[in-house]
Amino acid sequence: MDITLDRRTILPDLLPDPEKYLLVAGLAGSARDLAAYTQEAENLITLGGAMGGAVPLALGMALSAPEEEVLVLTGDGELIMNLGALSTVASVMPDNLSIVCLDNGGHGETGGQPGHTSRRTDLAKVAEGCGIPSVMTVVAKEDFAAARRFLEEAPAPRFLLVRVMAGPPTDYRRNWDLAECRLRFRNAYLGKWQAG
Amino acid sequence: MTDYTKDQWSRLIFDKLAEAGVTLFSYVPDFGNSTIVEMADADNRTRTILLSSEEEGVALCVGADLVGEKGVLLMQSSGVGNCPNMLSLVPGGRFPLLMVVTMRGDYGEQNPWQYPMGQAVEPVLQAMGILTIRVDRHDELDTAATAAISAAFKAGQGVALILSQKFLGAKGF
Repeated sequence: MDITLDRRTILPDLLPDPEKYLLVAGLAGSARDLAAYTQEAENLITLGGAMGGAVPLALGMALSAPEEEVLVLTGDGELIMNLGALSTVASVMPDNLSIVCLDNGGHGETGGQPGHTSRRTDLAKVAEGCGIPSVMTVVAKEDFAAARRFLEEAPAPRFLLVRVMAGPPTDYRRNWDLAECRLRFRNAYLGKWQAG
Repeated sequence: MTDYTKDQWSRLIFDKLAEAGVTLFSYVPDFGNSTIVEMADADNRTRTILLSSEEEGVALCVGADLVGEKGVLLMQSSGVGNCPNMLSLVPGGRFPLLMVVTMRGDYGEQNPWQYPMGQAVEPVLQAMGILTIRVDRHDELDTAATAAISAAFKAGQGVALILSQKFLGAKGF
């Protein structure tokens, strides 16, 4: 299969309304791409470590904010470090959680070493096997309209696998101070909630 | 001391957590936390989340805090060994975190496999900046549970309430 999608250019097409979600980004490339696209909006929390934590963090958020839609963007390596989280999500069945995995087949942040998905692992099949009810794979721009509909309409929790080329993420330097990011996200969310 | 049943101390812990506003009870199954989990399942203020690995619970509680809610992470002592890197979130982000750890590999343990991790629980947690409050006697539980809840949800610390095998009674296998 020819992989032609460049991770640096796809988010506006895939997520045209990022402001309608509470957003979580897994470490490294996913965090940089989403931080750059949203200019580190107040509805985004990015990880800079804690590999494997993005999906369970988003699950805790989704269960605690049932009126909101939560979307987590993460990479194949980050997800594979804690595949069990997909089983956890499927057992709980949150109706407001979307998981989007940018699968570049390797570990971009550490030098582009190949990962399991460049060999034999198919994360969409893993998600299906774990019991995620809605699963879709995207490999080309032509699939994006269907992918947007999937994120809107497919029964949640949803898992969208986006196969992207190996290559650098968006060049963007985000805030590394997690305590500051926590307060910013929390105050923005709770302020909105208190304002009704 | 033998009069103090698992139902009684589980009730004390569950009630204090629920009253403190804890809504998410995440856990990896252990004999020691099973009654608390049953109570959280039965109460309409709280819900339980079965985890695959204990480290997920750290991130899950962090996610709850980001939207103003409270979680707790229940695990057996061996699960502490699955958590250290994920615990980076807690001191790094000044997130509150409350763990309830039921011990193996401790006083009276008969299974040699349990000792290495059991003996490493407190050093590992402390190395990651998590406070430890150990309970050996039944008459300590009430104040220890209150102290742990206050440290987490009033003072914003990462804290583990550790129920020792002196407290739980060593398992006969």
